[in-house]
Amino acid sequence: MMEFQDLQIMAEQERTRRKAIRIHCCTSSGCQASGALELFHQLQAAVEAAGQNERVDIIGVGCMGFCGQGPMVSVEADGVLFEHVRPEQAPEIIASLDGGPCNVKQGDHAHPFFARQMHIVRRNGGVIDPERIEEYIAVGGYQALYHVLHEMSPAEVIDAITRSGLRGRGGAGYPTGLKWATVAKSPGERKFVICNGDEGDPGAFMDRSILESDPHLILEGMSIAAYAVGADQGYLYVRGEYPLAIARLQKAIAQARKHDLLGSQIFDTSFNFRVDIRVGAGAFVCGEETALIASIEGRRGQPRPRPPYPAEHGLWGYPTLINNVETFGNIAPIITNGADWYAGIGTERSKGTKVFALTGKVRNTGLIEVPMGMTIREIVEELGGGTPDGTPVKGVQTGGPSGGCIPEALFDTPVDYESLAEVGSIMGSGGMVVMDATTNMVEIARFYMEFCMDESCGKCIPCRTGTVQMYRLLSKISAGQATAADLATLEQLCHLLRETSLCGLGQSAPNPVQSTLRYFREEYERLLRKRVTINLTSR
Amino acid sequence: MATASPREVPTDQANDKRLKILEATMKRHQYRADALIEVLHKAQELYGHLTEDRLLAIAHSLHLPPSRVYGVATFYHFFSLTPQGEHSCTVCLGTACYVKGAMELLAALEAESGLRAGSTSADRKLSLLTARCLGACGIAPAVIVDGNVTGHADPEVMRARVRALLDEE
Ligand SMILES: Cc1cc2nc3c(=O)[nH]c(=O)nc-3n(C[C@H](O)[C@H](O)[C@H](O)COP(=O)(O)O)c2cc1C
Ligand code: SF4
Ligand code: FES
Ligand code: FES
Repeated sequence: MMEFQDLQIMAEQERTRRKAIRIHCCTSSGCQASGALELFHQLQAAVEAAGQNERVDIIGVGCMGFCGQGPMVSVEADGVLFEHVRPEQAPEIIASLDGGPCNVKQGDHAHPFFARQMHIVRRNGGVIDPERIEEYIAVGGYQALYHVLHEMSPAEVIDAITRSGLRGRGGAGYPTGLKWATVAKSPGERKFVICNGDEGDPGAFMDRSILESDPHLILEGMSIAAYAVGADQGYLYVRGEYPLAIARLQKAIAQARKHDLLGSQIFDTSFNFRVDIRVGAGAFVCGEETALIASIEGRRGQPRPRPPYPAEHGLWGYPTLINNVETFGNIAPIITNGADWYAGIGTERSKGTKVFALTGKVRNTGLIEVPMGMTIREIVEELGGGTPDGTPVKGVQTGGPSGGCIPEALFDTPVDYESLAEVGSIMGSGGMVVMDATTNMVEIARFYMEFCMDESCGKCIPCRTGTVQMYRLLSKISAGQATAADLATLEQLCHLLRETSLCGLGQSAPNPVQSTLRYFREEYERLLRKRVTINLTSR
Repeated sequence: MATASPREVPTDQANDKRLKILEATMKRHQYRADALIEVLHKAQELYGHLTEDRLLAIAHSLHLPPSRVYGVATFYHFFSLTPQGEHSCTVCLGTACYVKGAMELLAALEAESGLRAGSTSADRKLSLLTARCLGACGIAPAVIVDGNVTGHADPEVMRARVRALLDEE
């Protein structure tokens, strides 16, 4: 049986067994694709060869956020950061610890990309070994769960989450405390907690990175939620495209079970909680909560009308809490630091931080966590460093296929739920794709429509046939064969889908079209005019 | 622990190790209907694709109507009912990769292999596939060759890799 003292003993043991120097080598997906595993082994070999085993430890860590510059290596304590490290440079890095010459490209912690971030959910990313529960415990892990189980009633936990102002990070921004309260008061013999790790938006990899870098943070958040709403079983639904995240979660669950942090009578209380993983099978619509529930039940992932909401009628008909990965990632920090602390970060109505995946035509690509309310301009220009070749930025796409393109002229918009909605986009899950002057906005709209067409589950007619029609029209426009009447039809279809589709996929499928029409209409019209010119000259 | 009886296995497959693994998976899930997707994942992992016979066998074991199993298998993009190539090359066409030249990359690979995206070469050497975001957007454009992700993929380098896979003995 795990007791508070045991946590402290484990943390202490872990801290004392640490060697003088810890070198972090990112072994998460982004850096693995750039050759990080080979580098990791070479670093270990270099330590061995230099006879530094007693003093230096090479730690495989989660994502440091600067994935575009990977593989990334950092030296704890003195904070030196190395980028684009090649395996053969390992000995140089080890020699540099004692002042040896080192030509490996160094990163700069003072760069706005790092300096302007604020880490809550990602605080352990790139710092601890995600495959060892001891490291999570050494940084205070599972203490929030202990605190909750021994010193707070479920109602007090819900109250704390409500007062923190936390809103769901899965896209819609529904107040988390309110959702928990609904599940808690819904009658049911059993209740479930589900973590939505389906992350299907192209251009988004925040949840993947969180799961790979700090799986116990999510398990702890889910456990606290389960206690608050009265659930005893949890499911982590993860995209099949994320094998490393799945493997690390499996390991984390096994370790937590072994240490009685999952299972029965956790921390010697009457609280029982088990978590199972469900692997997605490549259907974007399964990110929608009712479709996700159908998928966990082993059925086709098709949404159903709401209400009833899953909070009342969810998995197998029982009250079910479903939250996004990043939402769960905020829970333990809120409990540890207090609701007021969290409520003090961000804007009036959007509290805390948000993790974004900054990608596309931007110099510094990667993951960033910033306080809500930072402007898009600050993110793209200061953190992102503008476009790599200095081509002017045209806009930024947020929210994936359900979101919109925000033009450069509106870059002073702060990132919070309401402001982004006002300019015709959405916060979404956090994908931010930067586009420069060379990006063709009609093509972008067509791309997203093709995505929605392919991913439509086919349950309701407006979405099933509407996306096909809209895709055809966009292709026609793109090919320079459309008339003004086609454009008008396209706009009518936008309204139709929004008003009559059953789920969010169909309802928001018009967003990319409408936002590009709103801000880049001349790109569409230029293509229409082209037809006239061609016709005239060919006659 | 499970009491449900394992399915009768045809003798020619009786020694099939993969079948045993699949059985074990179903047993671990106590032949519960809601384990269907997990079981299909395992079957695809073991066999590379799902045949009609195999779907029928799974339906039988999980006490589900075949239509339900078939319906689920065809709904999810991950499951393939036709055999795939020995090697696979998947080009990400997600937004981040798209703005970083994924279409040009795909065109180069289509030209090199003579395959259209989504098809498999006649000798079953290679399947050329596309995906929408592999979660490697930070290193876009991304390509997966036989399960390994390559970031900042260069058309010429990828062409050579595809050529090598096709020419492999
Ligand atoms: C088509 C569609 C796809 C979605 N995909 C995701 C997803 O990948 N991850 C996610 O957390 N929420 C996704 N959602 C939102 C979920 O339905 C749900 O609102 C969310 O998981 C609730 O968690 P939150 O309150 O913590 O945000 C999607 C919704 C729709 C309509
Ligand atoms: S809107 Fe589209 S995805 Fe949603 S239920 Fe209807 S057909 Fe399916
Ligand atoms: S994966 Fe290594 S820094 Fe992101
Ligand atoms: S868009 Fe290609 S990996 Fe995400």
